[in-house]
Amino acid sequence: MKGALKAAAAAEMIPDGASLMIGGFMAVGTPERIIDAIVERGVRDLTVIANDTAMPGHGIGKLITAGLVRRVVASHIGLNPETQAKMIAGEIACELVPQGTLIERIRAGGMGLGGVLTPTGLGTEVEEGKQIVEVEGKRFLVETPLKADFALIGAWQADYVGNLAYLLTAHNFNPIIALAGATVIAEPEAIVPVGVIPPDLVKTPGVLVDHLIVRES
Amino acid sequence: MDAKELIARRVAREIRPGMLVNLGIGLPSMVANYVPATLGVFFQAENGVIGLGARPPEGMQDPHLTDAGGGFVSAVPGAASIDSAMSFGLIRGGHLDMTVLGGLQVNQAGQLANWKVPGKMVPGMGGAMDLVTGAARVVVAMQHEVKGQSKIVRACGLPLTSLRRVDLVVTDLAVIAPTEAGLELRERAPGVSVADILAATEAELIVPADVPEMVLAP
Repeated sequence: MKGALKAAAAAEMIPDGASLMIGGFMAVGTPERIIDAIVERGVRDLTVIANDTAMPGHGIGKLITAGLVRRVVASHIGLNPETQAKMIAGEIACELVPQGTLIERIRAGGMGLGGVLTPTGLGTEVEEGKQIVEVEGKRFLVETPLKADFALIGAWQADYVGNLAYLLTAHNFNPIIALAGATVIAEPEAIVPVGVIPPDLVKTPGVLVDHLIVRES
Repeated sequence: MDAKELIARRVAREIRPGMLVNLGIGLPSMVANYVPATLGVFFQAENGVIGLGARPPEGMQDPHLTDAGGGFVSAVPGAASIDSAMSFGLIRGGHLDMTVLGGLQVNQAGQLANWKVPGKMVPGMGGAMDLVTGAARVVVAMQHEVKGQSKIVRACGLPLTSLRRVDLVVTDLAVIAPTEAGLELRERAPGVSVADILAATEAELIVPADVPEMVLAP
């Protein structure tokens, strides 16, 4: 049985300067209640590792607007003009990573691998400063693994032991970051009794999940 | 018919039955309008669905089902939802039969620049580098010129998306196939002459004796 936390209590666990992996793709599948609580508490100097920074008023965009983020590792920030403006102003350091490389670096971090060998980015700006290796006659970039202090997950259903299920395109980064966060906090739309989610439909096994966020009326 | 529709109708003819296809946002996404459902093609959206369907009727949107641009979509029978590792495994592992992407520039070697205009537009590459590097076939769908400047250039002034030579470039004037020998002019748009195309193209084109007119999807 997992302890169920209020979103505010989850935000209390996150110190200034923490690194957060946050699920979601343009805020679809992003845990909005935890983000609201982080904004409320005003946790500062965060590093956010996520696919994108959504747009102002949605998901990670709320953290950007509140000025709580110092560093972003993402594949795309084009739909959030505030992230771009803060990057140009030097308020946020942005590392832009090809989307497939980003998810594989997170997967490598979560699965105990030493990195990823990929041709994506060879001969482009992405190559700068990186090691190149040759395997079986092909050249690859060496991309390092990524981990974070916290993984913040948006899910559809969780059961009492923390097993998670997702809907449609709200999977995205969520099942992968569950492996790569030292502390994993999941915010499901509903918490259901054990057995309601059939074992075959569990995408994130509950053993990976440290805390569930309760729905507050 | 405007330039974008012409390009989309021509690109649609590249799609074969049973293919898995990823369409970029903007102009490339229009291609789906001209691919008949009877072809059994699955469109992938890299945010996590194989079997992307049309925009749902008003009021029927599901907030858990969007395309890679964040717009509401539906899913066709046989669709599958997948996480980002599986989605990019399909792209990077060579399982994606074709990607259609917009372009800013294509160079003499057939390489694409489409993700960054330094100092002006730095949105991030999203999935573009993975798509161009990993897809079995890469089709670039773009206008031939922008503000009177050719987008098919000797050397890209903009940062490359990948070293990979793309397979086909479809513009509002021409169909061009990058090959080992160079950029081969394959087709011309209706009413456009070879001379028109050469005048609008900065890069050198290989021009065969016969350059037929494009056939467009209905």
